[in-house]
Amino acid sequence: MTQLPTSTERKLGLVIDLDTCVGCHACVISCKGWNTENYGAPLSDQDPYGADPSGTFLNRVHSYEVQPLATSAMPHPAAQLIHFPKSCLHCEDAPCVTVCPTGASYKRVEDGIVLVNESDCIGCGLCAWACPYGARELDQAEGVMKKCTLCVDRIYNENLPEEDREPACVRTCPAGARHFGDLGDPDSAVSQLVAERGGMDLMPEQGTKPVNKYLPPRPKDAWQGQTDVLAPYLEPVAEEPRGFLGWLDKTLEKL
Amino acid sequence: MPASQPVIDTSPKVSDEVRKTTCYMCACRCGINVHMKDGKVAYIEGNRDHPVNRGVLCAKGSAGIMQHNAPSRLRAPLRRVGPRGSGEFEEISWDEALETAVPWLKPLRDTAPEKLAFFTGRDQSQSFTSFWAQNYGTPNYAAHGGFCSVNMATAGIYTMGGAFWEFGAPDWEHTKLFMIFGVAEDHDSNPIKMGIGKIKARGAKVIGVNPIRTGYNAVADEWVGITPGTDGLFILALVHELLKAGKIDLDYLACFTNAPVILNGDPKSPEHGLFLRDDDGKPQVIDRKTGKLVPFDTPGVQPDLTGHFRHAGITHRSVMHLIAERYLDPQYAPEAVAERCGIPADRIRQTAAEIARVAFDEAIEIDQPWTDFRGDTHAKMIGRPVSFHAMRGISAHSNGFQTCRALHVLQILLGSVETPGGFRFKPPYPKPATVHPKPHCKVTPGAPLDGPHLGFVHGPDDLCLTDEGTPARIDKAFTWENPMSAHGLMHMVISNAHAGDPYKIDTLFLYMANMAWNSSMNTRGVMEMLTDTDENGDYVIPHIIYSDAYSSEMVAYADLILPDTTYLERHDCISLLDRPICEPDAAADAIRWPVVEPDRDVRGFQSVLCDLGARLDLPGFVNDDGSQKYADYADYITNHIRKPGIGPLAGWRMGESGLTHGRGEVNEGQLDSYIQNGGFFVSHVPEAAGYYKPWNSAYQDWAVEMGFYDAPQPYLFQLYVEPLRKFQLAAEGHGERQPPDHLRERIKTVMEPLPIWYAPFEDGHVDPAEYPVHALTQRPMAMYHSWGSQNAWLRQLHGHNPLYLPTKLMRENGLRDGDWARVSSAHGAITVPVMEMAALNENTVWTWNAIGKRKGAWALEEGAPEATKGFLLNHLIHELLPPKGDGLRWANSDPITGQAAWFDLRVKIEKSAAPAESQPAFDALTSPVGKGPATLTWKVST
Repeated sequence: MTQLPTSTERKLGLVIDLDTCVGCHACVISCKGWNTENYGAPLSDQDPYGADPSGTFLNRVHSYEVQPLATSAMPHPAAQLIHFPKSCLHCEDAPCVTVCPTGASYKRVEDGIVLVNESDCIGCGLCAWACPYGARELDQAEGVMKKCTLCVDRIYNENLPEEDREPACVRTCPAGARHFGDLGDPDSAVSQLVAERGGMDLMPEQGTKPVNKYLPPRPKDAWQGQTDVLAPYLEPVAEEPRGFLGWLDKTLEKL
Repeated sequence: MPASQPVIDTSPKVSDEVRKTTCYMCACRCGINVHMKDGKVAYIEGNRDHPVNRGVLCAKGSAGIMQHNAPSRLRAPLRRVGPRGSGEFEEISWDEALETAVPWLKPLRDTAPEKLAFFTGRDQSQSFTSFWAQNYGTPNYAAHGGFCSVNMATAGIYTMGGAFWEFGAPDWEHTKLFMIFGVAEDHDSNPIKMGIGKIKARGAKVIGVNPIRTGYNAVADEWVGITPGTDGLFILALVHELLKAGKIDLDYLACFTNAPVILNGDPKSPEHGLFLRDDDGKPQVIDRKTGKLVPFDTPGVQPDLTGHFRHAGITHRSVMHLIAERYLDPQYAPEAVAERCGIPADRIRQTAAEIARVAFDEAIEIDQPWTDFRGDTHAKMIGRPVSFHAMRGISAHSNGFQTCRALHVLQILLGSVETPGGFRFKPPYPKPATVHPKPHCKVTPGAPLDGPHLGFVHGPDDLCLTDEGTPARIDKAFTWENPMSAHGLMHMVISNAHAGDPYKIDTLFLYMANMAWNSSMNTRGVMEMLTDTDENGDYVIPHIIYSDAYSSEMVAYADLILPDTTYLERHDCISLLDRPICEPDAAADAIRWPVVEPDRDVRGFQSVLCDLGARLDLPGFVNDDGSQKYADYADYITNHIRKPGIGPLAGWRMGESGLTHGRGEVNEGQLDSYIQNGGFFVSHVPEAAGYYKPWNSAYQDWAVEMGFYDAPQPYLFQLYVEPLRKFQLAAEGHGERQPPDHLRERIKTVMEPLPIWYAPFEDGHVDPAEYPVHALTQRPMAMYHSWGSQNAWLRQLHGHNPLYLPTKLMRENGLRDGDWARVSSAHGAITVPVMEMAALNENTVWTWNAIGKRKGAWALEEGAPEATKGFLLNHLIHELLPPKGDGLRWANSDPITGQAAWFDLRVKIEKSAAPAESQPAFDALTSPVGKGPATLTWKVST
């Protein structure tokens, strides 16, 4: 069993905007590229050109169809498609750490990032079993557990320009749906965004206290056969061409 | 255990060097930083300084490393040794390859250059490849626009001098309502995502009109799940509502459009419906101040929208009269269109009201004085912050041209084009149709063609017809069947060549176009045409040369393969002469350069054309002494002069006193300057020139300075497109050049100079009761416009493609996810796996396009899901419509532009027992490159 720190100096994490994510997978592949070349063993791919390709990814996008419930105001709500990127949430009470038999999984005191020390990892898979989010993947080539590092080798990296010291997925996201920062600081931009947009924990009932937050999709399809108070139906100036041209002439006179 | 927390290196070395070039994973052409380690490509990210992507990069771009190292890369020139279609080849040297091609091509050029058909697919060097074809002398050249989105481009250019995608963009900084039609993904893929993210962050609204709710439509605040093929009707109903309420921008229409231009009203005149022009040929308007007929650009004129002019007993009226008469007609009322569009009438009204409210009640003003082309000065720039965008969903129908026109007319009536918050052009656009070349087709054996192949026709006189009136081009572009086919009709080349209609060809030369698979309608038929033999046992299409970097399905059907490089191994220019990478506030162009050298015996296709051009003694490719003019494509990019002071690249040219931009002489160090600047050049539009570009003197002057045109070209937006009327006049019997009788009625009907809607043609050729379901395709964002669906990382995202069915059709057919269904059209049938999707128009099915692969292609194992479960809808679509009993076969294309009408498809669905694999299944091709490795652990540093 491995202990979690009683507290961390910062709580670095991601805020992911489900209202804006278009499901393009840019974050998935940018993550794959950076983390194949960098921290620890490469993210391997088995049968990459074959019948059952299966590789290690630290971040995946799932798409869910959602059928909103009918209400009296909205009797036939349209189905929606929500794109849901998922990676390690760097939980405060990370069960993947406490379950680790070797101490390979740990949560950093200085920033709260949950990491795997690959040289101590025996690939037993207990942490993946303990994680309620399915955020860890055992690399089949290396036999060690892989997970999001929050790009720990980017965010402090003095060989990168300061503006690039953020996770690869955040840097690449074309829609700007991913934000990175200190969620332990209530004044940080990410904390403010969470406060403004009602940012949510994923599966809070699991008691993991995830650091990453999700911004929920805004309400959609407000149109339901009701006239919008801001935009009542247009008032006709004429019903047929002659009347319209007459209106046009009069209006032009006034201009 | 915090005490034992490992110490890790948080500042590892990232790379030895960053090389900045241009992505080629799709048509977006973002700037990329290629991180190099030990001389190898280690990581690819977006370039923050680049005007297109500002640092972000999509999944395709980040997966470029897998594309560059793909096992499907061709390794050396290949000569076919087995029968066509087998995939059996031998590797040969480049000299052997080129000396195989020369004896095929040289005699043709000297006798009948039209017998070479040279068509390029996802070509980003069209100004170069067309230059080569023009110097060869064949009229048969085009790229893939005819089966992609020519309706969108052509409708935009005829109407307003530019279209969506690389021609322009919404004003992301100011727009408050953004409405998209038929957009799954776009050529401008990262800018659209950046823009949507930006406007959603500030609370602007997005309305998505699409039968399928994925991607951008999934994040839209409102989704309109329209019936396919009816977007034009919906748009014209919005126009009806806006006109009826007087919610149009009268000042804008009077000053900047042809709404006040007077039309010849004499039904007996051969010019009936054409503009009344002055002696200089200028369209005329009535001046409200004087009541007199004057040219539209007269200084101080106040064009009268309701102007009319009576002469010799005939009343000639303004375009605005026709607009009122047509669109106030009850046929466009919301109630009249609701059922057909699948949109409740109240919702159409509400949408019109919302557009009007944002455009007029939330209008914005920018304190920026500007002067228009008539010399009038305006104190402010007034914006109508409603913007629109559209893509293949509305254009790939047989009514696509008129639908795209309808959308442009809608945004012009609102006054939201080239105004703050609306749609803005990207330099070198706007450019009216009249400034573009006309198509050329005059063949002289042994000499170049008489001008550029592709262009814009302005009437029957500009059609590409022979003296006998037959089509001059193998694809029958610019003929009565599709007069405004500005991008050619690549999808008709093989079937016409096989049929010898309008004539037989000798050599088919293709580049980066997968015509034996996903880029053709009627895929099986095309494979048969490519392998068919005549009575002597010779191939009906005698020679096929193909250039591709990868072992695509098309490779197996060629006789000679010229292997191209990957995009990281080559020179390219993303030229202002071609389809540039500009943004509304900046002109820009870019290069690719070899950030790594090829490790195979491959050459950039354009460099090969420089060599082949010299071997064929093509003017433009040889010096006066007959020696090769351009050593390679880089040499051409640097030294080619298109006209005085203008070359392929606009940056760092040589001026009288040092380096200059825009116009200038050759600079031998130009490519180095580009490399030092991150691979691109950018020149910002002056502040006063940012909006109203077609009429803004500050912009027009800057455009001349930059070399986009030689003199200011102010023009009016063409709500009424006069060239369309000229074709109608011909069909009515006027003029020398007359259409064949069987096309007269169709030309009269569809070539309406004001947008109309008519039902997709397939509806009239197949029984909608027998085939009640619409069938569509989209490409996923991670593969859009990509040559790389075999990519090891991307294929793990989309390795096979179910057919998505709406809940209603799943239930009606007793289907569950993972079941199989037989899907049939009037042309063919496929049997494929299905999956339910609720956020889908209830009479529409769809799938991801181009996931399905042929066994043996792309270095994939034969059991790859792309081949066993993946499939193409192409098997259901024919290039011709089914016979309807009139003795004729009508093209499955837009009758104005010839755009392939992929999305007119109607099908029926039946549950099927699960076959062993998707049907139809084809024999495996022999892979000329073997198969990929069993495992990847891709780390270049040790």
